[in-house]
Amino acid sequence: MTEIKVLPVEAAQGRISLEQDRVARNDLRTQLVQVNIGPHHPSTHGVLHFFVTLDSETVVDLRVIFGYLHRSMEKLFEGRTYVGNVALTDRMDYTASMLNNWGWCLCCEKLAGLEVNERSQCLRTIAGEMSRLSSHLIGTGVFGQDVGILVTSVMWGFNWREEVLQCLDDLSGARMMYNFMRPGGVNQDAPEGWSAKVRKVMDGLPRHIEDFHRLMTINEIFRARTEGVGILSPEDALGFSVTGPTLRGSGVKYDIRRAHPYGIYDELDFDVPIGENGDCFDRYMVRIWEMEQSRRIILQALDRLDATEPGNLGKAPKVFKPPAGDAYAEIEGAKGCLGFYLKSDGGLEPYRGKLRSPSFINLTALPSMVRGWKIADVIAIFGSIDINMGEVDR
Amino acid sequence: MIGLDDVATAGNWLRSVLYSLGLRGLVLDGLLTLIAIFIVANFALANGGLMSFVWRREMAMIQDRRGPNRVGPNGLFQFLADGIKMILKQAMVPRGADRLLFIVTPVIAAFPFVMAYLVIPFSHGGALADINVGVLYLFAITSLAFPSVFLAGWSSNNKYSMLGGMRAIAQLLAFEVPLTMSALGVVLLTGSLSTQAVVLSQHRLWFIVPQAIGAVIFFIAGMAENAAHPFDLPEAESEIVAGYYTEYSGIMFGLFFLAELGTTWTLGAVFATFFLGGWLPLIPGVENIPILGWPLLWFLAKSYLMFGVFTLVRFSMPRFRIDQFLSFGWKFLVPASFVNLAVGAAEVVLTKGFFQP
Repeated sequence: MTEIKVLPVEAAQGRISLEQDRVARNDLRTQLVQVNIGPHHPSTHGVLHFFVTLDSETVVDLRVIFGYLHRSMEKLFEGRTYVGNVALTDRMDYTASMLNNWGWCLCCEKLAGLEVNERSQCLRTIAGEMSRLSSHLIGTGVFGQDVGILVTSVMWGFNWREEVLQCLDDLSGARMMYNFMRPGGVNQDAPEGWSAKVRKVMDGLPRHIEDFHRLMTINEIFRARTEGVGILSPEDALGFSVTGPTLRGSGVKYDIRRAHPYGIYDELDFDVPIGENGDCFDRYMVRIWEMEQSRRIILQALDRLDATEPGNLGKAPKVFKPPAGDAYAEIEGAKGCLGFYLKSDGGLEPYRGKLRSPSFINLTALPSMVRGWKIADVIAIFGSIDINMGEVDR
Repeated sequence: MIGLDDVATAGNWLRSVLYSLGLRGLVLDGLLTLIAIFIVANFALANGGLMSFVWRREMAMIQDRRGPNRVGPNGLFQFLADGIKMILKQAMVPRGADRLLFIVTPVIAAFPFVMAYLVIPFSHGGALADINVGVLYLFAITSLAFPSVFLAGWSSNNKYSMLGGMRAIAQLLAFEVPLTMSALGVVLLTGSLSTQAVVLSQHRLWFIVPQAIGAVIFFIAGMAENAAHPFDLPEAESEIVAGYYTEYSGIMFGLFFLAELGTTWTLGAVFATFFLGGWLPLIPGVENIPILGWPLLWFLAKSYLMFGVFTLVRFSMPRFRIDQFLSFGWKFLVPASFVNLAVGAAEVVLTKGFFQP
C-alpha cells in the first residue's frame, strides 16, 4: 500500500513546523481520516467523487475524481451532421442549453463564413441570456443549499426558473433540450406575443432577486459561512485558467461578451460585475448581479427584436456543408468560457470536434481552494464554483 | 384565578367511574396512574408523528410547494402511511457495525422525549407528576438524547456517522450550559424547581417580559439541543449525508425521526411553560368560560405555536459551521446566560414576591 503524502494543515499554513506537527500528533494520538465524498452524495451536483483527507474536521487534502458520467461527446460529434450535433450540445450543460447551441453554431458559422441577420441575432441573444438566467437561478439556489438552507433556496430558484423555461418552451417547443439554433440562424421564429410575455417575466425578476437577498445576502449565518471562505486570488484564478463568474468573483474583469464580442453584444449596453476578495460570497454576488445584467440585455434585445420584421430569419442553409478547414469560437457560457474547435474535411460531418468546457476547467481550481478549511466549507466552496457534471464529463 | 380545570375534572370523573365499579385504595390509584401514563405516552408518540405532517406542510408553504395533501383530509394521515411504510421496510444493519448498540440506540433516542412528558404541566393539576425538582429532571432527561446520537454515530462503522457523533458531543457540551443557565433565571423568580409552580408564578406577568434575554438564549440553545436546523450539525445533510443516522433504515430511522420532531414539540411545550405562561390563558377573564377557558387548550395552542416558530426558523436559515457554532456557544451564549442570571437575581430583589405563585 502506497503512503499518501499529505501536508498537515497547520504546517501548510506555516504556523508550526512539520516536525512539531508530527510530535503533536503523536502526543494526541490523532490520525488522519480519509473520507470518500461521492460519487453518490447530496451535494456533489451529480456523480462527482472527492477523496478527502481530514484532520478531524479540517481538510488536509482533496482530490477530485470524475469521469463517472463519461459521455464521449467529442467522439459523437464526428458521427453526425453539423445540424444534428446542435441537439447533442443541448445535453452538455443542461441548465443552459441555449448557450451551448450558440457556441456550436458560432463555430460552424466561422467555419463556413456565414452571416446571421438581425432578427436571428436578437432571438439568440434573448434565448442565450434567458439560459444564463436559468443557470444562475439554479446555481444560486443550490449554493444556498450547500451552505445549509434546507431546500428553500433551491425551491425558490427552481420555481422562478420555471417562468423563464416557459418562455423558452414557447420559443422552441421544448422545456430544456431546445435544439433551437442553426448554423446561419435559428430554427423557428418566435410566436406572436412572445416578446410581451418575456417582458412580463423580466418585470418579475427584480422581486425574485430581492427575495434571494432577504433569504441569503443579508443573513448573518450566510455571511459568516461565505465571507472570506475559499479565497481564490486573481493570480491563481488566471493560473488555473478559470473563467466565468468564478474568475470575475476574484476581481478579474474578463467577459468574452466584452473582450471578444460576438453576436450583437458590442452594440448592447451592459456592465461586467466583478467581486473584490474572490471568496464564496463574491462569487455568489457576481451571479446575482449578472442576473440583473442579463435582464438589461434581454430588454434591449427585445426592443430591437420588435423593430425587425417577423418571419425574416435570414438564410440558414438547408444542407450545411462547410469547406475544408478549421475554426475555433468561444462564447461566454453560463459557467465561463465555452469554446468549440471544429475541423472540417469538406464533408457533411465534422472531422473532429473539441470542446473547452468551463465547468471542467473551473473544477481544477477546487483542491487549492479547500486546503485548511473545514469539511463543511468544501461543500460551500464547491457550490460557489457552480459546475455542471454534464459539462465536466462531456 | 383558577377557573375550570379540564384535566382534573376528567380525572375526577374517571375516578368516580372506577369507584362505582368497586375499586378502592391502592388498586384504584394504581389503575388511574396507569391510564394516565398510557394516555400521555401515546399522546407523546402520536403527537410526534402528527408533527411530521405539520412540519412537512409548513416546510412546503415556505418553499412554494404543496406538500403532502393526498392521504386523508388535506394529507392529514400521511404520517400514518409513513409510519406503516417504515415499519414494513427492512431495517438493515451494516456489516461491521456494533450490532447490539446499533439496534438499541434508536430506542434510547426515542425514550427521553416521552419521559419528559412526565413533568410537563398540561393544565392545573394536569402534570403526571408534579415533582419538586421538575425543572432539573427535565434537563437531565432531555440531554440523554445526545449520548444516543453519539452511540449511533460510533456503532454504525461509517465515517460520516462518526463525524456526526463527534459533532453531537461537542454541541451538547457547548449548549447544555447556556440552556440550563437561561432557565435558572426563571427558577430564581419562581423560587421553586416545580414546573407547576413555574406556571403559577406567571399569573400576573409572563416570564418572557422580565426574562427576555433568557427566553432568546433558551430558544437558541434549545434548538441546538434539539439539533434542529440551523444547528443540525450532527446530521448536516449537505455535508455528511445524514450524519449519525446515515446507516439507519426502516423503523430504526423512523424512531430517530420521531424523536427529533417529538423533541421539537416538547421543546416548544417547555418554552411555553417557562416563558409563555404555560396553561394560563392569554385573555384575562376567560377562565370560567367553557372551551375558551380550558387550560389544556391554551397550553396546546402555545406549544403548537412554538413548534411552528421553530419550523419557520429551521427552513429559512443556513447552517453554521462547527467552529463558528461552538465559539458562538462558548463565547457568546454562555456569558449572556450569566448576564441573564444576574438580571434574574436583581429582579427577584426588586419585584419582592410579584412573581410568587
